[in-house]
Amino acid sequence: MRAEFFIKSFCRIENGQVMFNGNTIFTTESEIFSNFSKETYRHFEISYPKFFKMDNLSKLAFLAAEIILKNENLDADKNNIALVFSNRASSLDTDRKHQKSIENSGSIFPSPAVFVYTLPNICLGEISIRHRLYSENSFFIFEKFNAEHLQLYAHNLLRTKKAEKVLCGWVEFDGDDYKAFLYLVEKNAEIPHTVQKIESLYYNE
Amino acid sequence: MRFFLTHNKIISSLGFDSKAVVDAISNGNSGLKIFHNPELLPSPFCASIISSEKIKSEFNKISKAENFKKLEQLLILSLAKVITASKIELGEKVGLIISTTKGNIDVLENNRHFPKERAYLSELGKTIKNFFGFKNEAIILSNACVSGVLAISVAKKFISEKKYDHVFITSGDLVSKFVLSGFQSFQALSPNPCRPYDKNRTGINLGEVSASVLVTSSESLSAGVQEILPSESVEILGDSTCNDANHISGPSRTGEGLYRSVKLAMKEAKIEASQLDYISAHGTATDYNDEMEAIAFNRLGIQNVPLNSLKGYFGHTLGASGLVETIIGMHSLERNTLFASKGFDELGVSEKINVISENIEKPLSIFLKTASGFGGCNTAAIFKKVEK
Repeated sequence: MRAEFFIKSFCRIENGQVMFNGNTIFTTESEIFSNFSKETYRHFEISYPKFFKMDNLSKLAFLAAEIILKNENLDADKNNIALVFSNRASSLDTDRKHQKSIENSGSIFPSPAVFVYTLPNICLGEISIRHRLYSENSFFIFEKFNAEHLQLYAHNLLRTKKAEKVLCGWVEFDGDDYKAFLYLVEKNAEIPHTVQKIESLYYNE
Repeated sequence: MRFFLTHNKIISSLGFDSKAVVDAISNGNSGLKIFHNPELLPSPFCASIISSEKIKSEFNKISKAENFKKLEQLLILSLAKVITASKIELGEKVGLIISTTKGNIDVLENNRHFPKERAYLSELGKTIKNFFGFKNEAIILSNACVSGVLAISVAKKFISEKKYDHVFITSGDLVSKFVLSGFQSFQALSPNPCRPYDKNRTGINLGEVSASVLVTSSESLSAGVQEILPSESVEILGDSTCNDANHISGPSRTGEGLYRSVKLAMKEAKIEASQLDYISAHGTATDYNDEMEAIAFNRLGIQNVPLNSLKGYFGHTLGASGLVETIIGMHSLERNTLFASKGFDELGVSEKINVISENIEKPLSIFLKTASGFGGCNTAAIFKKVEK
């Protein structure tokens, strides 16, 4: 059966490496995410000071979305690109920071600038603000990458015309580990939007 | 295909089933109380908290409470009732959605009896899935304060794509030190019972509830199941979720995302503003939220539709709020009664809205549920009473 929708582009960020449509487009020796994310931001000449206020999960998601969407020549106010993201650890990286600040050490106090990031969907809000997307945002938590549910959800949004395009994927930040894998689904492209194909792109086969 | 919200159960400080909770609301009772508990927050705070002892004693009737966290006990207790009432066998085509913002986040605190691994939401999913023997992995939705309504829309999508015939949704969040301290850092907490849309509103109260519901479709209802649908069942006519694309911790001043989501939900439902009998709004009682809603509802031309916020009865229940408030809306239609927006006295938003000041009995058929949350998200859904 011919697929109705297609994957136009995909981006993967992990181990100090940025890949776009299967090609490595940037790599650094930085093992620490904070350095790597700064170098990536500079390398792609992104100019968006709010980036530096974001938590790690939002920075990671923001960078992967930036790589994909900068090639889309988005027409401000007319984009209907839904965001359907998922991961395993939710916002635990920032949750742990907020938790530290409330453990009565007396030296740190809870900060609204940290607390607001204790929700995984905040990274979707950051991307929506950056690209002026007034569209659907959904954030799911799965034990591991769940291509089937993402595929069905994106398919439904496109089929019912609730979205013109869907940016889907996985953004995980936990301890020292990070991984982003995002892909853009729409009507006119080459790669079939099937569970099998999504899995093979995710596992980099 | 038509989609329905059917069997439901609420556990709250107001009562241990939907009927008891709706009766309490109907009588104007609130579950909000002032607590002096330095373990949770250094200063006194107002919240709706369910007694752990009461939950344990209920839970021990079906399993061993000591093996489960408070939130798990709550979710299991409410979901168990819905599964039993539905008489649906948990086969391959039955899905499970869990709506929560923070899950078991309290295990991050030191000296807790449970391992820190339990803070992962996927662990919460496994616990619920295994307790009942669901065949599919739990789908956990964590999308701030719109999660509860969005979960209904997610269930509808998976049924529509024929992945599932029926989807059980359970939702809940606890009033924890983690969340209290965070809202306190925003100076958003009111020390007294909250007063949505009122001139003298001073912020939000947090609350904990567990709410569960069964979502099903016209194609999945076998004769035996259809006959036992409860009389408060509603059809989901339309739904939409839109981002403000404006700010991560404050709502858009023009209510852009809320405006768009209601507009799109009404378009899908194919209804006009004049057909709405009632709006179950978000109404957190912060200055910005309530003002934003008044602006959005005026832009939509639905400012005269009777509206309430249920936060004055059980506070802001975070990941459960959209679902528990939808369930109350279902019962409101069934009883043909509009419930007073508790805490409201004098209008305190810049544009006129029709806040319900006392219970009104009148024929009701269609209602709109809205929610807005951090990250700039907004969800709207429209429901219609199922006439037997």
